[in-house]
Amino acid sequence: MPSLTLVQAINTALREEMQRDEHVLVLGEDIGKNGGVFRATEGLYNEFGGNRVIDTPLNESSIVGVSIGLSLYGFKPIAEIQFLDFIYPAFDQIASELSKLRYRSGGEYKAPIVIRSPYGGGAKGGPYHSQSLETFFTHIPGLKVIIPSNPYDAKGLLKAAVREDDPIVFLEPKRLYRSTKSEVPDEDYIVPIGKARVAREGKDVSVFAYGAVIPTVLEASEKAQQEGISTEIVDLRTLVPLDLEAVLASVKKTGRAVIVYEAPKFMGYGAEIAALIAEEALEYLEAPIARVGGFDTPYPYAHENLYMPTPTRILNAIKKVAKY
Amino acid sequence: MLDIASKSTNIDEAASKIIPYGTIPLYDYLNGIGNICQIFNIYVITGIFTLTVSQGFYAKPNILNTEMLSTGRIVGEDVRETIDPAPEEMKKIYTLMVLVRAADIQAITLQRQGRIGFYVPCQGEEASQVGSAYALKPEDWAFTDYRAPGIVITRGMSLKSFYAHLMANSEDNTKGRSMPSHWGSKALNIVTPSSPICTQLPHAVGVALGAKMKGDKIATIAYFGDGGTSSNDFHSALNFAGVFKTPTVFFCRNNGYAISIPVSRQTASSSLAVKAVAYGIEGIQVDGNDALAVYSVTKKALEKARNGGGPTLIESITYRMGPHTTSDDPKRYRDDGELEEWKTKDPLNRLRSSLEGRKLWGKEDENNAQEWAQQQVKEAIAHSEKIPPPHPRTLLEDVYSQPTWNLQRQLHQLSEELGGS
Ligand SMILES: Cc1ncc(C[n+]2csc(CCOP(=O)(O)OP(=O)(O)O)c2C)c(N)n1
Ligand SMILES: Cc1ncc(C[n+]2csc(CCOP(=O)(O)OP(=O)(O)O)c2C)c(N)n1
Ligand SMILES: [Mg+2]
Ligand SMILES: [Mg+2]
Repeated sequence: MPSLTLVQAINTALREEMQRDEHVLVLGEDIGKNGGVFRATEGLYNEFGGNRVIDTPLNESSIVGVSIGLSLYGFKPIAEIQFLDFIYPAFDQIASELSKLRYRSGGEYKAPIVIRSPYGGGAKGGPYHSQSLETFFTHIPGLKVIIPSNPYDAKGLLKAAVREDDPIVFLEPKRLYRSTKSEVPDEDYIVPIGKARVAREGKDVSVFAYGAVIPTVLEASEKAQQEGISTEIVDLRTLVPLDLEAVLASVKKTGRAVIVYEAPKFMGYGAEIAALIAEEALEYLEAPIARVGGFDTPYPYAHENLYMPTPTRILNAIKKVAKY
Repeated sequence: MLDIASKSTNIDEAASKIIPYGTIPLYDYLNGIGNICQIFNIYVITGIFTLTVSQGFYAKPNILNTEMLSTGRIVGEDVRETIDPAPEEMKKIYTLMVLVRAADIQAITLQRQGRIGFYVPCQGEEASQVGSAYALKPEDWAFTDYRAPGIVITRGMSLKSFYAHLMANSEDNTKGRSMPSHWGSKALNIVTPSSPICTQLPHAVGVALGAKMKGDKIATIAYFGDGGTSSNDFHSALNFAGVFKTPTVFFCRNNGYAISIPVSRQTASSSLAVKAVAYGIEGIQVDGNDALAVYSVTKKALEKARNGGGPTLIESITYRMGPHTTSDDPKRYRDDGELEEWKTKDPLNRLRSSLEGRKLWGKEDENNAQEWAQQQVKEAIAHSEKIPPPHPRTLLEDVYSQPTWNLQRQLHQLSEELGGS
């Protein structure tokens, strides 16, 4: 079984899906000969040519808008937004058009495209190459939102996304693109959308997290273990639709919940998890729910390591909840 | 092709030499001097760059100078024989315009009586809407906005479907999901519109690109208003279409206003059609109250698109005779005199007198057409008013291909609230 980085797993998924179905196209900025600024589309231009690997003008709105049109005409576009921070010019196309087309047309039209984009910090990107904007998309009915945290899931989830009949925002944690390698099967497989993964079993505290923070959560969990606290880590993988059953099962088992995400803490995705736990499993809770998020500031450059949830901050939250 | 040096000029100078479609002797355009593209090759020298910016045919007169339209004369009368539809089809276009006018007036009445919630009238724009949509083939795709009664009826939407949507009843194929005046129909290749201005333009480019890649000889047409030319996606779409030479016709209904804002507040350009130049595509200005001129220009642009000639921007100069919507009072921002003047250029009168001049139409035809239209409208409304609203369940459907768990739960909650229906 080959050992791949996360970005190689993405590349493999794209290649396999393009080989499987000639209607699959990729489009975006610098994705052709250049292979994408992170090399996610490396080699695809040579293999599939400029009609299926389409370099576009520098205009995110038309990347998404034209993808919607291509989808209406029977293609399966995978649009790359070079950095999630530059998705704002396409926001109208996503929020007003992509997400609502099926509904407003009474089910007559649909545009199940995939929008891929690297997100998150750890690459010294400052305010405009680091943000975690997932909540903007999870709040829009009609979209599905997926964030893998490792190469295996990245390949399987992206392949599932391409085959899904709904529009998908697929966010890739850029600091994990090359941080580690792991085994990724050569064969065709999918990871089902809407299913969380228990990344580590434990009994004292549940930690719910996704994407870029998963390795940090694992590190904090190791440290907690050394202090005698057993944590269960649930990697959500799909934010919409959320695997609520997995969340409730874990919290009912441990009675304690910590939620970790990198976006500004206030109104972040963790707020919804906390609310759902409070609504549906309050009687199982032994302690208040804790959230660890980014600070409620724009993303900083010099101090990005302090901005991102640190192992210490996560560990402190785990300890506080465990000892309550 | 003329050589660059001899044609070097600036846009305005070049534009000033060009006459709008409405007044240019059309035989020059069609045969006489030959291909217009060769006549009006325009090159711009800006600093050190020499760019070919247009092989186009676009019009100079200031967009606010509507003198060309004031005569009530049928524009391009001289060459009707070469570009007009057959007499039977001309009569069909006129009859459709009569039907659209009747349907439109009655929709406003329904709104005033509280029988529908909202309506976006098109009175005054019938020539632009019917003339252009009549040039489409069934396999072409139309992307409209909210001001589209003439387009959807010409594409073949029945008046029952037209009013079903306005009444948001259970025969509305879009299931009462949108505010009235957002007609769509997969069967008619009209992609169901949204409300934000010009967001449909990139879709029209995408479908056109898809058709081009598959080798299908179809075109797409995207409709929008003069205000739309200031929007983000006007630029996004024309730019993309120019680069990929997609078979797209951008049809701008320049009706003088974006709600209360006159065109002079949208742009400092000498016209809206001239905007095509910077995107490397052809721009054409047409008298939008002359149905046959609109038909001709649109048909040519569509044919060019289907045959690999790329996109065209058409600026169809017309006037919104009614309010922006049923919630608007145009007296707050327009002079009565303006409306009175435009009434003399009413597109229905224009086409009717042309047909009469050709001995294709008489008093009896007119009476028959009016009666038929009223009857159609009456029957459709009588039918639609009997139709119940969509089932409440439809509120929670079509969000995704399959309902997610939270939608399933919410459906359950809703049916409990409604007593388990
Ligand atoms: C809205 C947006 N999309 C994408 C990017 C990423 N990006 C940074 S520079 C660049 C290319 C810009 O090219 P150009 O405008 O020709 O300026 P140059 O870099 O050549 O000076 C891209 C795509 C960005 N900064 N902003
Ligand atoms: C992005 C956006 N901004 C504002 C509006 C509100 N609005 C609806 S119609 C309209 C004017 C549009 O004018 P124009 O493009 O000339 O088309 P017309 O209504 O005259 O046919 C405005 C401002 C909107 N629908 N979308
Ligand atoms: Mg440059
Ligand atoms: Mg207008």
